[in-house]
Amino acid sequence: MIEIEIDGKKLEVAPGSMIIEAADAAGINIPRFCYHKKLSVAANCRMCLVDVDKVGKALPACATPVTAGMKVQTQSQKAMEAQRAVMEFLLINHPLDCPICDQGGQCELQDISMGYGPDVSRYNFGKRSIKDKDIGPLIETEMTRCIQCTRCVRFGTEIAGLREMGAYNRGENLEIGTFIEKSLVSEMSANIIDLCPVGALTSKPFRFTARAWELIQHASIPSHDCIGSNIYVHTRNHHGIMRVVPRENESINETWISDRDRFSYTAFKSNDRLTVPMVKRGGHWQEVDWQQALDFAVTKLQDLLHQQGAKQLAGLISPSSTVEEFYLFQKLLRSLGCDNIDHRLHQTDFSHQQNMMQFPGLGMTLEELQQQEIIVLIGSNIQREQPIAGHRVRKASLQGCKIFQINVVDYQFNFTVTDKYIVKPSELVHALAQIAKALSLVSDQKIPDNTLDFLSNITINENVRAIAEQLLIGERKTLILGAIAQNHPQAGLLSQISELIARLCGAKIAYLTEGANAAGAWLAGAIPHRHAASNNMAMEGLNTADAIAAKLKGYILFNVEPECDCANPNLALQAIEQAEVVISFSTFKSPSLMLYADILLPIAPFAEMSGTFINTEGKWQSFNATTLPKGDTRPGWKVIRVLGNLMNLPQFDYVSAEQIRDELKVMIDAQSFTSSVPSYNQLTQSSYSHQTNNHLERITEWPIYRIDALVRRSIPLQQSAASILPGIYLNNAFAQQLNLTDGSKTTVKQGDGEANLAVIIDDKIPDNCVFIPAGFSETAKLGASFGIIEIGSAHG
Amino acid sequence: MKWLKKYFNTFFLVELFQGLKLTGRYFLSPKITIQFPEEETPRSPRFRGLHALRRYPNGEERCIACKLCEAVCPALAITIEAGPRASDGSRRTTKYEIDLFKCIYCGFCEESCPVDSIVETRFLHYHFENRGEEIMTKQKLLAIGDRYEKQIAEDRAEDAMFR
Repeated sequence: MIEIEIDGKKLEVAPGSMIIEAADAAGINIPRFCYHKKLSVAANCRMCLVDVDKVGKALPACATPVTAGMKVQTQSQKAMEAQRAVMEFLLINHPLDCPICDQGGQCELQDISMGYGPDVSRYNFGKRSIKDKDIGPLIETEMTRCIQCTRCVRFGTEIAGLREMGAYNRGENLEIGTFIEKSLVSEMSANIIDLCPVGALTSKPFRFTARAWELIQHASIPSHDCIGSNIYVHTRNHHGIMRVVPRENESINETWISDRDRFSYTAFKSNDRLTVPMVKRGGHWQEVDWQQALDFAVTKLQDLLHQQGAKQLAGLISPSSTVEEFYLFQKLLRSLGCDNIDHRLHQTDFSHQQNMMQFPGLGMTLEELQQQEIIVLIGSNIQREQPIAGHRVRKASLQGCKIFQINVVDYQFNFTVTDKYIVKPSELVHALAQIAKALSLVSDQKIPDNTLDFLSNITINENVRAIAEQLLIGERKTLILGAIAQNHPQAGLLSQISELIARLCGAKIAYLTEGANAAGAWLAGAIPHRHAASNNMAMEGLNTADAIAAKLKGYILFNVEPECDCANPNLALQAIEQAEVVISFSTFKSPSLMLYADILLPIAPFAEMSGTFINTEGKWQSFNATTLPKGDTRPGWKVIRVLGNLMNLPQFDYVSAEQIRDELKVMIDAQSFTSSVPSYNQLTQSSYSHQTNNHLERITEWPIYRIDALVRRSIPLQQSAASILPGIYLNNAFAQQLNLTDGSKTTVKQGDGEANLAVIIDDKIPDNCVFIPAGFSETAKLGASFGIIEIGSAHG
Repeated sequence: MKWLKKYFNTFFLVELFQGLKLTGRYFLSPKITIQFPEEETPRSPRFRGLHALRRYPNGEERCIACKLCEAVCPALAITIEAGPRASDGSRRTTKYEIDLFKCIYCGFCEESCPVDSIVETRFLHYHFENRGEEIMTKQKLLAIGDRYEKQIAEDRAEDAMFR
């Protein structure tokens, strides 16, 4: 540590840091435009000029490293004159029409020009003007206002990892733009709205609708991925939510949030919002009050229980519900004698559930993830599934971490993948088994004999051996199992073999789950085999897949749209349509929901209620409602609570979400969770035998903006370049083999369902596979996410 | 002698004539009473009366929805909603309302306006017959502006050097 003096204040600072960092830490304000603590130093705005003792000229504080005994004046006459002159230069070409600018009232240039700028412009010549660029439905540009601080350019290269924005031409003609006009595709692109110190880049959905001084700021947590990014929700008196901005939390999202978290609020005002309870009487929908709706639900449920028994009932709940909702939902169903509760809607293989840790999660903090030396992505599209986790992996990669990809789609990331092995879905288990075998030959870790038997028949591909050998080098290794690995039909085997690999190379296992709160669902007991905060049960209920396959008599859906949210939408729809009683707790109504449901109960989305999300690190984050729920909508936990009261169930008298959370928390703290033996011990020769096939296989993922009911209704997100279209994605060579051309319409058949979709050429897809994204009504007639599919000839 | 002086004053009606002298002076001096409502007193160009929203000579409304008047209004009488205009995407109000029951005619809105859009005219004869009429909508305010634009412009020009 060295000692310096800023404005007469003695400070201890780390050698090598810049003056501006020392000043920021000490709370001394130095004006700046181009400097941002998360970006590299550009020193091109010159606003932070300060007076350094024994130096002739004023120096930029952002690019001047501290030296021992340095004396800095930020308010001396020399510094002030330099800053005033810079300000005047910056304002030469900047329009002086703040009242018409959307940044007015929250603009760094406006603030600093109030402090340092002249009151009258001396510039009487024509100002420069630049044509606005269209960079997509999320970000509005007014490039004449740009002061060329290049924060957006540096964000693209350094943080998003995509050089989307750039500076072209020179001097007076310097412009910021995309060069060839196009939409930004980065899943974090909208952070440049916050970075832009002026009104050149502003939020398009928010445009002109409110001023900064009208907004009230509420802390909240978005409900789209398991990271639990911290956000501020800005509301305006009775207009509800106006926008979402990041809330700085160095341990989770730093200063960034994904576009999904930022713009999903646009769906809150969707016309699809269900605002009053509705019941279906004699085939006709009626809008009723809560009392009638809940009475109707109680009657229906009790009739079902009396006639069919509790085993004929199943509850499916969205993995993005809050802990309180999960807890009350399972408490309601278990009080009725029903254990058929599940939140794992996208999954089909549950054989590993008994061996799962307390909850599937990262098993470390995101900051630790960034410190890894080896990361193996198994069936994960981390950049699109959890953009903030993807960003951490990218930071790890920049620090020299080696990243390997074992996957069914050759996903392109914003970080370097050292080596990859891309196979079709049915080969994924074999790919992992090969790695395990290759490791077992060189590793000194002891593994049980039966597991060795399991590996005995595996022959190793040379590519895989090369990957396996690299896994042995170094420390701090993590295997990340993503959505594809968890939704895979052999997910249990994949988990077991991953555990084996982890054991052999000394790595940790991380599960990055879909939905905002899968960890909360496991802890709160929204799973068929464990109560809230408890170990495995002897008699487990039906999981999602079994509950659908069994075609029960009653279903309770909690923010679930089976046609978009289930692993086998065709089967799920058939099961739910044949059921006698379908009660749907839903934020939105849709034509298909109106078709099969009997009762629709409107519940609030995340920012309209209080609750808790547990993120993938296991961190509990509670939030309060930011605005009143729309119409007659109520928070989900309140609805379940009253339903419990009306059914005379014991201990359903909660008065606040905090009370429910605390009750669960006490239970979890008191619980002694017995972790299961490593499940690779159970692998035997008979667990798996490798068989090659030549079937055409389907690959499915829930694209970034189709993951839940909220984002599916966010129009700006749907229009953005990162959102993908429903279609049949296959590689060019394979398409030619099938005589299919890009854009032609083709029928695909899966089981008894078929869909007519456009062919889209995508060379990331392996041979003999078609990638068909889920979460679209167009693909709802198709069957399982992974499986055999038939493709018809091109027509139309 | 006192009683004699009093007797003469009484006998010659001196006090009456003194009174009549005052009457006569006012009878002959110029009249200052005006015949309201046929006649009105002159009004300053700075008079703060009924509000109006002005337009540019080409017919384009001046207001750019900057919301400074809404922010400065001490009585919270102004309500503004804004958004991009459908035709050209420019920043415009979708709702501009002044509640005249709340308004205290301080003139801050006019002072804060960067484009001289919201003004207080010299027009002060208005009344409301039904509840709700006191809310001046954007259409009403623009209509007042259109009607009195000549006068408004003259008043602003006269006061321009002091503003």
